[in-house]
Amino acid sequence: MSGTPHIDILRSPLGRARGLGSARAGSHHWWAQRLTAIALVPLTLWFIFSVIHLSGATHQVVIDWLSAPLTLGLMVALIIATFHHLQLGLQVVIEDYVHQEAAKTGAVLLMKAVCVMLALVCLVSVLKIGL
Amino acid sequence: MRDVRDALMTARNSEGKLVRRPLSPHIQVYRWPLSMALSILHRVSGVALGVGTLLLTWWLVAAVSSDDVFDRAQWFMGSPIGLLLLFGWSVALIFHFFSGVRHLVWDAGFGFDAPAYNTSGWAVLIATGVCTVLVWVVGLMAW
Repeated sequence: MSGTPHIDILRSPLGRARGLGSARAGSHHWWAQRLTAIALVPLTLWFIFSVIHLSGATHQVVIDWLSAPLTLGLMVALIIATFHHLQLGLQVVIEDYVHQEAAKTGAVLLMKAVCVMLALVCLVSVLKIGL
Repeated sequence: MRDVRDALMTARNSEGKLVRRPLSPHIQVYRWPLSMALSILHRVSGVALGVGTLLLTWWLVAAVSSDDVFDRAQWFMGSPIGLLLLFGWSVALIFHFFSGVRHLVWDAGFGFDAPAYNTSGWAVLIATGVCTVLVWVVGLMAW
């Protein structure tokens, strides 16, 4: 078999697998992505209907709309679910295409920071109007 | 020591010579079945919606500012560029919505055979087209 093209390595298969991720917590990312997706099904439908309802609305109409407790609650839920789902999805995209470790970690952290900041700005805005 | 992955990475070519398999065929090799196109579109629309959240953030920040700032944001959304962005955003959102529901059905364990995923794929495309038109017709009428 010496003629078989192969890579000679010093590490055992077990040694290679160690440290490459956990067998305990790996499903959390997948599960969180599905949960936020399920939550976003009704929330997105509600949001599309709201946007249609608000097309061309004046500032006051938007303020009154956001001041209703149900609207505000739904907006907060929509913002949290959307940005959580977004950062989970973008993380997978970055991990699929960026292979250099430092660049990958940096890109994921930067993306998460931007998502968190956008979510916070959106939350503060709706709360400032609605409360 | 041999890497265990070598067992899957070696093969014989047509002359019987042992060769290393290529890692993965390039995307151009495939004939673009519907499922593949929709899978790529699901990811592309997801990333596009991520960019679209900037529009949502801007609109909410404008709503918390003065009447002037909000009116300017509303004016931009109604301008040709704004309408184009909103149209792209609505197509991406509606497609990602239906395609996402299709993924959730798969996650629940249904619809894996070829007739099922082809039917559901076309259903996603048709639903996206119909709903996008409906949303814009109703939205422009309500304007």
